[in-house]
Amino acid sequence: GDVPSSKFTFTPHQGYMMDVPAPECEANKEDLLQYFTMMLRMRRMEISADVLYKGQAIRGFCHLYDGQEAVVVGMDAALTYQDLLITSYRNHCQALSRGGTVHSVLAELTGRTTGMQKGRGGSMHMYATENGYFGGQGIVGAQTPLGAGLAFALKYYEKPNIAVTMFGDGAANQGQLAEAINMASLWKLPCIFLCENNKYGMGTSTSRASGSGADFYKRGSFIPGMKVDGMDVLAVREGMAYAKKFVLEHGPLYMEMDTYRYHGHSMSDPGITYRSRDEISDIRKSRDPIDRVKSRMIDEGWMGVEEVKALEKKIKKEVDEAVKLAKTDPEPEVKDMYTNVYVEKAPIRGTNAYNGYIP
Amino acid sequence: TTMAVRDALNSAMEEEMARDSTVVLLGEEVGEYQGAYKVTRGLLQRFGSKRVIDTPITEAGIAGVATGAAFAGVRPICEFMTFNFAMQAMDQIVNSAAKHHYMSAGNVKCPIVFRGPNGSAAGVAAQHSQCFAAFYGSVPGLKVVSVYDSEDARGLLKHAIRDPNPVLVLEHEIMYGEKFELSDEAMREDFLIPFGKCKIMREGTDVTIVALAAAVGKAIKAADALKKDGISAEVINLRSIRPLDRAGIIASVQKTHRLVTVEEGWPQSGVGAEVIASIAESDAFWSLDAPIERVATCDMPTPYAKPLEDAWTPQIHDIVQAVHACLGKVNQARILP
Repeated sequence: GDVPSSKFTFTPHQGYMMDVPAPECEANKEDLLQYFTMMLRMRRMEISADVLYKGQAIRGFCHLYDGQEAVVVGMDAALTYQDLLITSYRNHCQALSRGGTVHSVLAELTGRTTGMQKGRGGSMHMYATENGYFGGQGIVGAQTPLGAGLAFALKYYEKPNIAVTMFGDGAANQGQLAEAINMASLWKLPCIFLCENNKYGMGTSTSRASGSGADFYKRGSFIPGMKVDGMDVLAVREGMAYAKKFVLEHGPLYMEMDTYRYHGHSMSDPGITYRSRDEISDIRKSRDPIDRVKSRMIDEGWMGVEEVKALEKKIKKEVDEAVKLAKTDPEPEVKDMYTNVYVEKAPIRGTNAYNGYIP
Repeated sequence: TTMAVRDALNSAMEEEMARDSTVVLLGEEVGEYQGAYKVTRGLLQRFGSKRVIDTPITEAGIAGVATGAAFAGVRPICEFMTFNFAMQAMDQIVNSAAKHHYMSAGNVKCPIVFRGPNGSAAGVAAQHSQCFAAFYGSVPGLKVVSVYDSEDARGLLKHAIRDPNPVLVLEHEIMYGEKFELSDEAMREDFLIPFGKCKIMREGTDVTIVALAAAVGKAIKAADALKKDGISAEVINLRSIRPLDRAGIIASVQKTHRLVTVEEGWPQSGVGAEVIASIAESDAFWSLDAPIERVATCDMPTPYAKPLEDAWTPQIHDIVQAVHACLGKVNQARILP
């Protein structure tokens, strides 16, 4: 049958050395429902990760994505799994978008055999190369040349696809990003350098860390840039679709997603010493990416308040079940820990001469 | 056939690039300039600029781009003009290339070769003359091999290019122009030297001298000199730093009952230290007739002036002296405690 469809407007993109598409697009009910559902799932998953962490079920670092959901959902709405993706340690939702499940993501966080990497990687390291997803990088900015390398491979094999390397406003100041942009430009690599400007690198605001001011999308300097409202899934989708075509034709592009993280940098950061509670609640009220889609659905009459509540309930149930599994699934066995250091089976020395692994 | 190490490396790359179209070569001055040390001479002309890629001076970036390309199915040979400059890229080698296969539980593969000159050079002072074998040798996930002669150059580099893991091929600037005899076997296109196997360069019965890279040549010359004193030294070329051929070293020491290690790297936590630890941990410990002797560079940055650099570098007479000490013919009081 006919899927209802409508025209929507969004905050205009800003271009640097390039034209940008008009700030409007057609979207249908199915699309919006899909984005809404995925963003709800991400939000609920991250909130559950927060609870799991505070309950000491998650070890080490844990960087949450709530607030930024529209970036990943809008991006992957415009891309395919043949478009390669690499990102930083704030990667739970990218993993979910690239074929992970709430269960496999949370189980990785809790270090279980059912986790995406069977408990090898933890919160910062999830991968699904079969879906074009290369993680999951723990070193700030290291993924920027890696992503250019993914684009190099696409170009080498003459694939009609692009690579996206995501990084935060903090990583934007790393030197190797400039190195990667330079090579990508020189070799016309189909690469999007995608800066998620969530306004703070750990506890340092962009104004305290960035000599060029806030306009990251101009920092490629000699490659074009595009700034996108990263709190609006349709703005991201339209921006990415335009960007993919642009990059395949012209070479690399520096994109900036104007976004915001609700949580602190990591679990050890309450996130309120360097910004006010008012700032966070103002953005939650005025720019929340999930609320924006929700109000569009309701305004169009595509969803009623009761349907929204039912969907929210359904997602909550799905995530709660995943949480239960993530807490109770088996932990990996030590005897299985020695593989994958090398591609082939290799002897691995243990903690002394009496343990370890001989294939 | 007689071939310089430089040409052996060149032929190994040329053959492997002809064999496998997924192999690319990238680095500073590898193409039009024909390589800073001419190791890549002619490869741009043969394979074109799609596969032989000149990069800007941008080590962290190159190592990252090459590693990312390897993640996505290209097999890059990433040349560092010297491993001194690879310090800039160490994060990508150690944190990106070495670890992703493990962290991803096998989901990410990284078939890449990082290669270039390593170890002590001549007259270039402290920042351009040092050995990184021990640094990289300590990193699980990497394989690290060390080239001495032309046979090593062909067999180790060809194996490295075919290996599905990240491999560091440590070459030696001083050795590039040295010519060595190559057997017909070593000239074959499928000549591969297995990793994790050392090579006995000289058989002997009185003492084992374990060396790597250019130090192998000095160890052989020391063995020749010792022969005149009636001492039969077995000289081992390690070839592979990781995996290390512990069994091969142990077998030799069980035969000779004495061990001297030689390297052109710093002594503390060096390759020699790891070799000695292998003996100290094994039954070969009981077969030792004397304390082990270690020959390495002075424990300090490399000096510039010739007499100082010569004194800093392990020399043949240092090896001879250490062997004499190991055999109880002490000719000088020890300075070390």
